[in-house]
Amino acid sequence: MDYSQFLAMKQEIGVLAVFLLVFLYDTFMPARSQKALPAFTVILTAVFTAVGFFCCCGLGTESSVVAFSGMYETSPVIAAIKNILNIGVIIVLIQSVKWANGEEMHMRRGEFYELLLVTLFGMYMMISARHFLLFLIGLESASLPLAAMVALDKNRYESREAAAKYILTAVFSSAVFMLGLSYVYGLTGSLYFEHIYFALTTQRSLLLIVAIAFVMSGIGFKLSLVPFHLWTADVYQGAPTSVTSYLSVISKGAAAFAFMVIFAQVFGALYSDVWEWMLYALIILTITIGNLFAIRQRNMKRFLAFSSISQAGYIMLGIIAYNTMGVAAMMYYILVYIFSNLAAFGVIGAIENATGRVSMDDYNGLYKTNPRLAFCMMLAMFSLAGIPPFAGFFSKFFIFTSAINQGSVAIYVLVLIALINTIISLYYYLLVVKAMFISEDECVIANFRSSCGERLGLWICIAGVLLLGIVSCVYSGLLDMTSVSSLNMYFIK
Amino acid sequence: MEISAIYYLVPALIMFCCGVYGFITRKNMIAMLISLELMLNAVDMNFVIFNRYLYPDAMEGMFFTLFAIAIAAAETALAIAIIINIFRAAKNIDVRSLNEMKF
Repeated sequence: MDYSQFLAMKQEIGVLAVFLLVFLYDTFMPARSQKALPAFTVILTAVFTAVGFFCCCGLGTESSVVAFSGMYETSPVIAAIKNILNIGVIIVLIQSVKWANGEEMHMRRGEFYELLLVTLFGMYMMISARHFLLFLIGLESASLPLAAMVALDKNRYESREAAAKYILTAVFSSAVFMLGLSYVYGLTGSLYFEHIYFALTTQRSLLLIVAIAFVMSGIGFKLSLVPFHLWTADVYQGAPTSVTSYLSVISKGAAAFAFMVIFAQVFGALYSDVWEWMLYALIILTITIGNLFAIRQRNMKRFLAFSSISQAGYIMLGIIAYNTMGVAAMMYYILVYIFSNLAAFGVIGAIENATGRVSMDDYNGLYKTNPRLAFCMMLAMFSLAGIPPFAGFFSKFFIFTSAINQGSVAIYVLVLIALINTIISLYYYLLVVKAMFISEDECVIANFRSSCGERLGLWICIAGVLLLGIVSCVYSGLLDMTSVSSLNMYFIK
Repeated sequence: MEISAIYYLVPALIMFCCGVYGFITRKNMIAMLISLELMLNAVDMNFVIFNRYLYPDAMEGMFFTLFAIAIAAAETALAIAIIINIFRAAKNIDVRSLNEMKF
């Protein structure tokens, strides 16, 4: 065996190295230096991300690297996707420092970071895998430790309940996914993405449609697309806020990229025959139902859960577009979504850590006592809703444009429905802004000073929300990179 | 006499459907977990049958099954740990007691 092919997996090896160092620190360092563990993890991950980022820039337009006889593939586009996830992970880690150093967590501080890094490794595997066995291992090592992370607050009943709901539905969905996979295997005789792609160019059968529906529902569960979304709100509410923010951006972003890779590289030949119409229905349901349920939520974490469900619907527009512009628009959308959603979760986490309150009514009059936090929340809400000067507008604009470029009449109708839903979403995002700036209340949250990590995390998020919309080279750079034909996601080489 | 693949595939599918039915109707979380195991094992059977009958020259389905069994074991261990944790709090493992958060 040629051991040099491990060199293709630079980023995976990097994240495993970070994991090992954190694990050794957690196990062998004396108790008095354990408080430095969160900072240690943040610095290591930042270094790892910076190295990965420069490696990605250094690669240029070099074509993809394949290892393990085609089981694993990496390319500048895939490295860029992993870097986008890394940026989100750093922000989550920075924001979680205060919570991890709290009284409750002192026995389990290391576990949070170790489990998080393992799930990140699993997500890398999901994105880079070109064989379903590797993909399944990635999927499971991304979703099983997450259940343990949801249950991390084990003295709080909601956390346990959320973990039970998450693990039972996760195993159910992975069983459904594997059933679909077994039929795909039966029809094509291989589990390599490339072989399946070629075998399916000529095959059309009823069993294949059923199999694709099962595979789609399995990954749709991870993405919380609508018929498979019922776990989302409960898990987001019950999990510790740091874990919720991780679930809502990183886990969702990785699942979206994995969805794209599978449906482009495995079932690409069946786009217009089979799965375009399934996805069409899923997107309409996801955006609309996510929005309608978000309106009636009073708990902020539940509210953001439904908002993230409808955002997943918008992300799917980049996949149904089925062109290189869709890939770039989706990467940009997820980058912007990471910044704006983590800004919202940063404010929620800061308020929860200081006062323990998470209801929307608690935010009444927040502007009078904590103007900066209220301002951050307002920017995040505007960006999520897609109001022009902020990055959220541009990401929605690009993803709609990429979908329109696909050209069929059905897509125009779909984009129109998505646009109408943007207006509905504006209503509930502004409900939060109204609570903070206009509503009055007797028991307003008193002025407090948020911790250093929380402020740093919020500053990064706000900078991202403001700058990403203005710095146009981000999107055009992504578009240039995805348009290089040798890296095209939609063509098997 | 060779038994045709259909005599294995149909029972595997029935087993999967029993798992789904059990998962939906059982109130005890351990019973739900057993139903999930039934579903996962039905999938494993499917892989082995397809490999044995349709593509006997490669071992892909068999190896997938081996890994799937290990993953299923990990899933069960984690789920049991979480269920024990709930039992400590609620003193039962009735799934209807998980009703703190809804809608």
